Amino acid sequence: MAHGPQPGFKRWLFTTNHKDIGTMYLWFSFAMFLLGGCMALVIRAELFEPGLQIVRPEFFNQMTTMHGLIMVFGAVMPAFVGLANWMIPMMIGAPDMALPRMNNWSFWILPFAFAMLVSTLFMQGGAPNFGWTFYAPLSTEYAPPSVTFFIFSIHIMGASSIMGSINIIATILNMRAPGMTLMKMPLFVWTWLITAYLLIAVMPVLAGVVTMMLMDIHFGTSFFSAAGGGDPVLFQHVFWFFGHPEVYIMILPAFGIVSAIIPTFARKPLFGYSSMVYATASIAFLSFIVWAHHMFTVGMPVAGELFFMYATMLIAVPTGVKVFNWISTMFRGSMTFETPMLFAVAFVILFTIGGFSGLMLAIAPADFQYHDTYFVVAHFHYVLVPGAIFSITAGVYYWLPKWTGHMYNETMGKVHFWLAFIGLNVTFFPMHFVGLAGMPRRIPDYALQFADFNQIASMGAFLFGAAQLVFLFNVVRTVQGGRKATDEVWDHPQGLEWTVPSPAPYHTFSTPPAVR
Amino acid sequence: MRWSDNAKITAKLLALAGGMLVFALFVMPPLYNAFCDITGLNGKTGKKYEAVPASVDTERLVKVQFVASNNENMPWMFKPSVVSIKVHPGEPTDTVFLARNPTGHDMVAQAIPSLVPFDAVQYFHKTECFCFHQQTLKAGESAELELRFIVDPELPPAINTVTLSYTLFDITERVSANRNSDNKNTDS
Amino acid sequence: MLRGFNPLFALLAASVLTGPAIAEDKGRWGTNMTRGVTEVAHTTYDLHMLIFWICVAIGVVVFGVMFYSMWRHRKSKGYKAAQFHESTAVELVWTIVPTIILVLMAIPATKTLYHIYDTKEADLDIMITGYQWKWKYDYLGSDVSFFSNLATPAAQIDNQLPKDDHYLREVDEPLVVPVNKKIRFLITANDVIHAWWVPELAVKKDAIPGFINEAWTRIEEPGIYRGQCAELCGKDHGFMPVVVKAVPEAEYTAWLGERAAAAAKASELAKKTFTFDELYSQGEQVYNKICAACHQPNGQGVPGTFPAMAGSKIATGPIDAHVEIVVHGSKKNPAMQAFGEQLSEVDLAAVITYERNAFGNDMGDSIQPVDILNFKNKQ
Repeated sequence: MAHGPQPGFKRWLFTTNHKDIGTMYLWFSFAMFLLGGCMALVIRAELFEPGLQIVRPEFFNQMTTMHGLIMVFGAVMPAFVGLANWMIPMMIGAPDMALPRMNNWSFWILPFAFAMLVSTLFMQGGAPNFGWTFYAPLSTEYAPPSVTFFIFSIHIMGASSIMGSINIIATILNMRAPGMTLMKMPLFVWTWLITAYLLIAVMPVLAGVVTMMLMDIHFGTSFFSAAGGGDPVLFQHVFWFFGHPEVYIMILPAFGIVSAIIPTFARKPLFGYSSMVYATASIAFLSFIVWAHHMFTVGMPVAGELFFMYATMLIAVPTGVKVFNWISTMFRGSMTFETPMLFAVAFVILFTIGGFSGLMLAIAPADFQYHDTYFVVAHFHYVLVPGAIFSITAGVYYWLPKWTGHMYNETMGKVHFWLAFIGLNVTFFPMHFVGLAGMPRRIPDYALQFADFNQIASMGAFLFGAAQLVFLFNVVRTVQGGRKATDEVWDHPQGLEWTVPSPAPYHTFSTPPAVR
Repeated sequence: MRWSDNAKITAKLLALAGGMLVFALFVMPPLYNAFCDITGLNGKTGKKYEAVPASVDTERLVKVQFVASNNENMPWMFKPSVVSIKVHPGEPTDTVFLARNPTGHDMVAQAIPSLVPFDAVQYFHKTECFCFHQQTLKAGESAELELRFIVDPELPPAINTVTLSYTLFDITERVSANRNSDNKNTDS
Repeated sequence: MLRGFNPLFALLAASVLTGPAIAEDKGRWGTNMTRGVTEVAHTTYDLHMLIFWICVAIGVVVFGVMFYSMWRHRKSKGYKAAQFHESTAVELVWTIVPTIILVLMAIPATKTLYHIYDTKEADLDIMITGYQWKWKYDYLGSDVSFFSNLATPAAQIDNQLPKDDHYLREVDEPLVVPVNKKIRFLITANDVIHAWWVPELAVKKDAIPGFINEAWTRIEEPGIYRGQCAELCGKDHGFMPVVVKAVPEAEYTAWLGERAAAAAKASELAKKTFTFDELYSQGEQVYNKICAACHQPNGQGVPGTFPAMAGSKIATGPIDAHVEIVVHGSKKNPAMQAFGEQLSEVDLAAVITYERNAFGNDMGDSIQPVDILNFKNKQ
């Protein structure tokens, strides 16, 4: 067992090492983040002022669609899987993931899926242009021919996610060091366990919905076509039955990361550990019964609207518990604000703002005005960018010294944080205003009254984009060298990952550690 | 030992994933349709109704409004013969929709019904409807498409107007495609 | 740390304090939802503001505690960390209190929702059909029915002309409705899903092909209210505005009479014979309004998506096939709609004549409205 990595590219192609695979997942997701980000910048550049300047509407729609798909399936989800690969075995005292060969496979099919998805941009009729939610019949009878490739790439991404999730569950349930009981596991492990179950439950539903599309397009069925006795609204129900748990898939692991970082920098144990676990589980459960709140304007009986409104409002309770727990953890701590903590604190604040707008959106009659406007765009970017992206960034800064054995440049980290923080708010805060003032989402051009805030938002977007280059530079420099990190890295952090040397050896916990 | 544990859990989770796929493909669509039938979601006015003798509520008049539209590229002329009728609940009523195929080729159409308000759907019974069958019209042919319905006396008193809409879809190609594939199947 | 969060808070506070005031004069810095011109819109606005203020209040408390803690409980100030990590009592409080707040929010929301769903006893029914990329309005019970297209010229969109005040929010024919009448909308779509939205009426409903939805409004004051399609429906989703013109009832009745007379006149006009030049110049207008969105003003189309008109097989082939595809649409490509119902016979004859003679097509032939009428009616 005690051998090191193979030399050359074979190390990466054939690796079954959780650290190597985690690293590949993280770099892949960062590449996708930059690609999806460039598409966002195309969108923001076009929206800088009224009129069509840079792209035509048909290409604009391809950009919004691809931006959404790449960010959700290419950037956020693989980044969390990468962190899970790196950290879960080290957090529970396991030598590796439970199913290392499947681990390799679940990573390596991803680049093919995204190569296929991105290649649709160069096909006749262009890339998918029906939004990342691909509502039928726009995505079936009216779709460009490339939709078939889109469906196939979604299938591959789904297979990758399901394999990754099986691996994570098997690792957590079977590979814990003796003494590591479930209720001793770090919250990152807990949140990922629940996320993995969510993934296994809903990724097949996504596969199902794209399969139905495929059948409708090529095999003459009519799941979603009224002409043959189907129903386009069925598409939305099935899609959001996947889609709502999906948005929690993108936030639960973030809760875990923040719950690891805040106690370290507050020098105080996490407040309400068990209520955190229960809150996560209840959010996961509720995510299955709120899907139609994405469809309030579709025309539902009033009883349906009420049910989905009440259920959605209920989510505020466990989410609130989590926020209160984080603040209580900070309260009367002895805080310092290194880069990971800055990102974690910004996460708590901005995610809460996103939660507030989410609560407003839950109110069905008010949602009739908010639905499909920039208010919704502002809401989910406030949840996803500070929620998923900031927490992933925080996690990278937090564990990077453990991975590389070097401290990152703290000043550059802080510069990155402040640029990203300001950029994010300048980009997305004005979107609340234009949304309330009546600007629908997914439009390449807009009426004059929305011009000023859009201009501000576009400037913010470029600032946010530039901030990520600082991040890239900082990480590359840290990988190459820098001040040696100690084994503990931070001031007495909790967790088994800090008991191994920095950088973490290729194989850790070949013999199980003792767990207090 | 460990390996068999992993194999067990992998098998279970794969079964869960497979089960969810089956659920999405084969359970959700029928479940949704059943749900629509019960709640009137989307105003889908179910299947043929077997008339049961019911008392006619002559005290009450309900306005039944008809609208007709063509889906994209459907060239037929299609409209209700009357815009609305007032009926007593419980009383069977006949009306016709007028259709004409002005094109130079034979065509097959399917009418899709939808009714609002949704609360009224389960109280609107069709004993005969052209929407139960595909409608074929030869080039230039006209037809009167028949509809016979009963408004249930149980219709909530608050509802005094129901609107029945038909959307006509051109399914000529769909039908011929199916016929071709059927022929292929019988050939082989 | 605390200083850094000030800009955000200043922005938030500024929006809260000045938002409604600015929104009222409809300046370019509108930050809030409109109060609207219907009772439902007012109720929705009040509900929106209520929830917003509750969120602000919670935010002030939560962020207040957080910022206080970040200010006071810092290592650099020598603060020693406490070690508490649970308290059942506190945790119960912050589970129960939010639940109560939520119930208090749910009560007015439920009331409003029931009100919005009450479509009974309407004075007037209008059927709204979404098309790629325009709206069609049918006044049920009358013969009045028309399409409502974007009126903003392509040159403004392409930045060749200065933009009007109502850039992208102007249509050739607005929906005209009477004030103080309960109007019921029946909403459906012809092709893909659209959503009909006018913020000032607080009406937003999806238009779904094959199914109808209903909504209603009762407008309190005369005026012009603008909105647009809210559900992604393809290329020109951003270019299908909704304009509602609310007028006093007498004016509405007069308008409806005029429209019915105009419809009769149009069918009269279809029997008249036009000169080539008349057809060509009217055809150019129709082309730019209807066809240019896809086939492009220069007739070059968009390669791979929309075929070129210049030198096309159809526009330079037999005229019957040309009439067929314009009137009945394309069997192969759903993007080419059937325009037979959307355009008058005169417009159809004009645009076909134009397409056969513009963009260097030079066919030299033309077709009369009466021929189109015969084509439509042919046995």
